[in-house]
This record gives sequence, structure tokens and C-alpha cells, in this order.
Amino acid sequence: MKVLVPIKRVIDYNVKVRVKADNSNVDLANTKMAINPFCEIAVEEAVRLKEAGTATEIIAISIGDKSCQEQLRTALALGADRAIQIETDESLDALNIAKLLQKIVEEEQPQLVILGKQSIDSDNNQTGQMLAALTGMPQGTFASEVKVDGDKVNVTREVDGGLQTVALNLPAIVTTDLRLNEPRYASLPNIMKAKRKPLVVKPAADFGIDLSARTKLLKVTPPAERQAGIIVESIDELVEKLKNEAKVIS
Amino acid sequence: MSILVIAEHDNSALKAETLKTVAAAQKIGGDITLLVVGFNCQNVVDAAAKVNGVSKVLAADNAVYEHQLAENISLLVTELASDYEHILATALTTGKNFMPRVAALLDVAQISDIIDVESSDTFVRPIYAGNAIATVQSLDSKKVITVRTTGFDSVATDGNAEVVTLGTVTDAGISSHVSDELTVSERPDLGAASVVISGGRGMQNGDNFKLLDGIADKLGAAIGASRAAVDAGFVPNDMQVGQTGKIVAPDLYIAVGISGAIQHLAGMKDSKVIVAINKDPEAPIFQVADYGIVADLFDALPELESKL
Repeated sequence: MKVLVPIKRVIDYNVKVRVKADNSNVDLANTKMAINPFCEIAVEEAVRLKEAGTATEIIAISIGDKSCQEQLRTALALGADRAIQIETDESLDALNIAKLLQKIVEEEQPQLVILGKQSIDSDNNQTGQMLAALTGMPQGTFASEVKVDGDKVNVTREVDGGLQTVALNLPAIVTTDLRLNEPRYASLPNIMKAKRKPLVVKPAADFGIDLSARTKLLKVTPPAERQAGIIVESIDELVEKLKNEAKVIS
Repeated sequence: MSILVIAEHDNSALKAETLKTVAAAQKIGGDITLLVVGFNCQNVVDAAAKVNGVSKVLAADNAVYEHQLAENISLLVTELASDYEHILATALTTGKNFMPRVAALLDVAQISDIIDVESSDTFVRPIYAGNAIATVQSLDSKKVITVRTTGFDSVATDGNAEVVTLGTVTDAGISSHVSDELTVSERPDLGAASVVISGGRGMQNGDNFKLLDGIADKLGAAIGASRAAVDAGFVPNDMQVGQTGKIVAPDLYIAVGISGAIQHLAGMKDSKVIVAINKDPEAPIFQVADYGIVADLFDALPELESKL
């Protein structure tokens, strides 16, 4: 079974993002970038399916400029077999990303597509569901467990109030939540090996899709800062303040 | 303009978050229809008819919608979509699951997790885990939107809307429900509670979370946790407050043994009053707390419980 894993290059999750002075966007110049954490979990899950003998081939794919090849090499070092970069300098809406991925799904015919549930930059949580809609596949979003069983996959989902398990006909789309697995670190020999694994570059313009923007970013501002309050000396003082000053308890 | 809002519910009760999503719809402005998709959900339909600002309730009550599978709901919403310029759902796990599917079927973008409405096509939403706030304009003729409820105040529930039963049944037939494993709790939902008390890594283990019970009982509070406490295995993930868990904005939020990582702050910093109990005076949580107390939580919690 072939598994397709779309991944995204984003700001490293340890780095605090700054808003540009002109409020046009966030400032990513000279910022440490990494594979989106949820995407890394997606790669790990695919690798585990291959180690279990369920998956036969893992294809990592990313959409962006040349710099995203770095994250594709990371995916190859973690265990993906080959990589595809769809090259574009534009920052595309999730819908257009899903349309490009749909073309690759048509070409490659994977049985399973595993994506991160959301990227930690735009926080949209859309691409997997949109790809599922466009390909007519069922979706198991926010997965904490994935079990392939014949021509179906059982996906346990993290939902409000607990867990829900659904059975999906294959081919299917899975999006990962945090507890699905703990990604491994790439070993040095595997990082060296990844440099020789195939990576194909396809210009986005070659797919014949209208990729014009559906949204316009008007401005980006820093969040309102909360003022630090006071340190109280005792529980008595705390209870008194909550009752009489803040009036949130009676 | 006409707006379709999809109700958030569990087949037995209308979730309070729906009242906030309707408030977002009112801010956009237009004739509001509330859609209830479920099974044996007459109570929800009755409650939906009372939501202020709603002129019509559409009820789709059928076994194929019992578990609100995205594949089936999205087909129904897409079929209804031609009558509406805006389609809104609450940004909880159900809405987050099916709404992008609706958007793609309609060939439009989705604007996720809005916290404010600037105009009928321009919305405000947090990005980068709430470390930046984006103002985004939709260029599509139809707007598909999920609403982060912490940005809006609930509408009242003394309305009387007309109820229309839908005969349409949309079954994609590609997915099925296997089982639910829901956490049973006597306490209010995290998302709806007016008081939330959360524990962090400082709680040391899952058993110590019992120290929060008595205070929660006295305040009618929901109990939450930081991601560190969830990752350490103290408590289940559905208790997690933060960017990757639940986003809450209660009247009172009490953070116990929580250092205040960015990702946790993103989930609770819109609370009206924040109290922090931590033994480390340098903990970042004190920078957002209205009232902080530097104390060992194992001393402070029993004392707080006895004095409430």
C-alpha cells in the first residue's frame, strides 16, 4: 500500500514569532524553520505502517519554494522513500494546496494520505478535509490511533469530550493529532542516505489549476498584551479580592 | 443577506457555544437560519427554535447523521448552501471536521477560527498560536467560516423561530461510526464553564488532581490541564487547555502549578480574571495573572478550598 504524506515548512515551534513594524505580516527573516510538528507525526505514522509491513512505499510531498526541499530531506531521513516538491513562490490558500495535492493523488493513487491536522503558522486546520472532499475520500481527522484492516482503516479521533472511532473505506485521508505517536530523530547515516533518495521538482504552473488567491491578508497585529496584576500575600487576601474587587465569586 | 449557522449539539442538548456562533452571525448581519443535523434530536430542535436572532430552524433528523460524520453532513450542507452567502459553524471538533469539506465542495476558501467580524467579508483570526492576529478578507462570493466562541457573547434564548423539517438524506456511504469513548463528568463542559481551574506539571501526578475537585465543586468549575500535564500522562487529552487543546475564556480561570507556556496562554488568556498559584515567582503565568500567589500548591489548595 502506497502512503502519501504532505508536509509543510513552518517556523520552528520554539521560536516566538514577531509581527513586522508595518503590520503587513509576521517577520520570518533569518528565522529558524522546521517541518510542521503535526506533519512530522504524519511522517512517523507512515514509517511505522511501513515497518509493520502495511505500507510498501512512502512519498513525501511539499508545496513551496526551493527551501522546502530541506524539510523533504528531513522526511526522507525519517524513512520516506521518495519526495515531490511542487514549486511555487506564492503563499497559497489551503484550497489551492488541496487542489494541487488532488492532482498528485490522481497520479500516484495512494491508499492512504496522512497529513498534520494543522500547521502551526496559519492554524487553519483545513487541507486534509479539503483534499478528502476533492478526492471523494472519507476522512479521519485528529487521529490518535490508525489501524488498517483489509480494505478499511479504523481511525480513533480526539473529539470534544473524549475519543471517537470511525471506520473508513480505503483509500482514505487521515490527519494527525498530537498523541498519535512520538516522532523519532533521524540518525546520521539516514540523513546521509536521504541525500541520495529521489526528489522530483514539479512547477505548480504545470498542473493547469487556477491558483489565484481566495483570501487577502489585510493586516497582522500583535495580540493585546494582558497587564500583569498583583501578587497577593495570602489565600485570605486572594479570596477577598476575588469577592470584592473582581466580583467573580460570591 | 442570508446566513446559515450549523448547530453544535450531542443529539440531546444544544451546546452553549452555538449561542456565541449565532452572535457572530448577527455581527455579520442578515437573516439567520439555524441547521440542526442529528438523530433523535428533537430536544435540540426545540432549543434551537428559542435562540434569539434566528428566524428559521432547519431540522435534519435521520440515522445517517447520528454521529455527525463529516462525509454525510458536508453533502447536506452543500446541498442547502445555494440559499446562503455565509455558512458558519462553531470551531469545535465537529465543525472543524466537516466545514473545510463543505468549503472545498463549494470551491471556496474557509476562514477558520474567527474571533471578530469587521464587515461581511472581513474577519479577524489568531495565527501562530495566537501570537499574531490577522485581519483577512474573503474574495469568494460565499463565505465558509468557523467561529472561535471566546470572541463573542452568547445571544439570549427567548426567541420563537419557525421549524422546518428537512426530508433530504445524504449518505456518502464511505465511512461509518465504530465506537465512542467519552469522558463522563458531573462537571460543566470546559468550553461552557464560567469558572475553570486547571492543573499543570506542578501537580506531580494524576492523583493530585483530586485536590482540585473540592474547589471545583464549590465554584461550579470545570477542571482543565496544561499540555505538560497531559503529556506527562496525569490526565486525558480532552482536559487540555491551550492552542492544541480547548480554547476557553471563563469569568475566572485558576492556573495551579502551570508555568505559563505560550501554547497554554493561547488557550486561556481571554479569560476575564486569571489567578495563578505557583511556587516559582519567575513563572511566566504571573505576567498574565490578575492575582498571583507564590505558594506551594499542596498548601494553598486545601486552604483555598476551606475558605471558599
